Amino acid sequence: MKPVVVENIVKVYKQKRNVIEALKGVSFAVEKGEIFGIIGPDGAGKTSLFRILTTLLIAASGKATVDGFDVVKDFKQIRNRVGYMPGRFSLYQDLTVEENLEFFATIFGTTIQKNYHLIKDIYQQIEPFKTRRAGQLSGGMKQKLALCCSLIHKPSVLFLDEPTTGVDAVSRKEFWEMLHRLKEDGITILVSTPYMDEAGLCDRVALIQKGEMLSINTPAGITNEFKKPLWAVRANEMHQLLMALKEDPGVESCFPFGQQHHVVFKQPGNDRQRLETVMNTGQYTNPEIRSIRPNIEDCFMALMKQ
Amino acid sequence: MRALKFLLQKELRQIFRDPSIFFILFIMPMIQLMVLPLAADYEIKNINLGVVNHDHSGYSRKLINKIVSSGYFRLKDYSSTFSQALRGIELDKTDLVLEIPAQFERKLVKENESTILVAANAINGVKAGLGSAYIQGIIGDFNQDVRMQWIQAPRFNPQPTIDVEYSDWYNPDMNYRDFMVPGILVMLVTMIGSSFASNNIVREKEMGTIEQINVSPIKKTQFILGKLIPFWMLALAVLTVGLFIARIFYGIVPLGHYLTIYVFASIYLLAILGLGLLMSTYAQTQQQSMLVSFFVTMVFNLLSGLYTPIESMPQWAQIITRLNPVSYFIEVMRMVVLKGSGLADIKYQILALLGFAVFFNGWAIVNYKKRS
Repeated sequence: MKPVVVENIVKVYKQKRNVIEALKGVSFAVEKGEIFGIIGPDGAGKTSLFRILTTLLIAASGKATVDGFDVVKDFKQIRNRVGYMPGRFSLYQDLTVEENLEFFATIFGTTIQKNYHLIKDIYQQIEPFKTRRAGQLSGGMKQKLALCCSLIHKPSVLFLDEPTTGVDAVSRKEFWEMLHRLKEDGITILVSTPYMDEAGLCDRVALIQKGEMLSINTPAGITNEFKKPLWAVRANEMHQLLMALKEDPGVESCFPFGQQHHVVFKQPGNDRQRLETVMNTGQYTNPEIRSIRPNIEDCFMALMKQ
Repeated sequence: MRALKFLLQKELRQIFRDPSIFFILFIMPMIQLMVLPLAADYEIKNINLGVVNHDHSGYSRKLINKIVSSGYFRLKDYSSTFSQALRGIELDKTDLVLEIPAQFERKLVKENESTILVAANAINGVKAGLGSAYIQGIIGDFNQDVRMQWIQAPRFNPQPTIDVEYSDWYNPDMNYRDFMVPGILVMLVTMIGSSFASNNIVREKEMGTIEQINVSPIKKTQFILGKLIPFWMLALAVLTVGLFIARIFYGIVPLGHYLTIYVFASIYLLAILGLGLLMSTYAQTQQQSMLVSFFVTMVFNLLSGLYTPIESMPQWAQIITRLNPVSYFIEVMRMVVLKGSGLADIKYQILALLGFAVFFNGWAIVNYKKRS
């Protein structure tokens, strides 16, 4: 039995006359003890999906089970065995770190001592501040506390909605390390993130866009699906170069990507020569052309275009 | 049970960490109880009087003296024509004009009758009505004096007259404070009960903490009880502070038992807190809940019989007051404080409020959804 099975989930929001389809028939399954990443831009439907799986929201149609329990019928069982960390910090800001943790342990009918081993690594980092009110913690600390609170009842499935949004790079790295340790305890983790670079840290990822799943695979599998050769070009006149490449009828896509532009041709073949031709027709200084391996973001961009 | 205990503990911790709690618990009732009853005075004093005296006789002077020395009037204007005096009313200098016609004394002595004109500025209807009534009383008195002086009273009264003796029960001194203070106390308890409880839940919505509660196995009733009980205690604490202030500053000692007040207040608070909960299930932001509870408590207070007697309201408004829990509490407070009523005397009010409590709380529980 897979811990999370989602079949054809549809969610529609009605705002007066506007009907917004947040999820348009999403299906996937998560294996036991894996870190499953749901990756997509803002408004893709990640939070709606999480809220349906944590029984906070009822889907318009489709079926979903968590730990074998139906999210609509058996919501009471699910609430006992999942941990949910919403995207917004939603602990009591006027209670201290310790009081928050104790409170959430109690409402799940357990104690801190019973499951201390699960949160030990994380809690030790915030323990020096345990008498501080949650509202006065830094962003990274807040996330660590929220993670502790969602783990304290030893959930079998953990839902983390954008846990690293607004957290600094070091804390983000630490946070992912913690998730990998939790995975070793046998906890299945569903994590959503708008950051493509975090995709590589998941066991499997689902790319979601406008309520539709674009692709579900391992991070390596997704990049392998990218069949056409990818080129990185750069010159001192980046903007001019981007315009010139976009105007070329043979170019399928060209995105600015940090210091470089990533280019794909419609019909591969003689790519380097064709790039050199473009480069030579303009006045470019320090031109550079390299063949590169695609990353998740390239794949996402390509999938979005289809 | 353990979960409920923790919910309560958490709620009380949060309430007492709120720096405004001291203000709410002590300063607010003090200000309301010490300022409002003094301002909400039904007696009208300092009515500004304008006089037009065409007579200039001994009697007319006597009459004016009598009016001014009554303490209710202040002689502000002395004009020679009525139109001049009316100008005084227009300029808001005077509220009431008394015109004494020429040959007032002569007519009174010779013809045994005379007329006087009283014109009142009725923008403030209460002031005009009461002012005219006062002046009428004083003139009547004056009339009596004149007759006593001039007419040899016959041994037997030629006309049978009925003399009215007044006896004011329950509030013999007609002290309006005894009447207002219990009512204002009710208003205060109502505010704490309805808006604070409703705001508190909506804050959980705004902060997102309610999401965390909703994904937990906690039951709806546990959550709602966890919200009801702390505010129930808080409101009873404010009631205690208020009763204490009423006793110390106004010397108001209920004729009935304090216990009767507390029993009724406990039931009343269940109803009012239920209303607060209900509002909170509909409101999404604290602003919405504030505005709604402000509106509701204002309507409730105006239609509660606190300021104006319910019996003088139109029929439809009287029906509304029966649907208003505040009016029951004000009624009961006055009954217990002034009349010394016991639990048996207020059983209908208790039943009515139990009905309200079941209705509001039931609706709130049905409407509070852990899922959407």
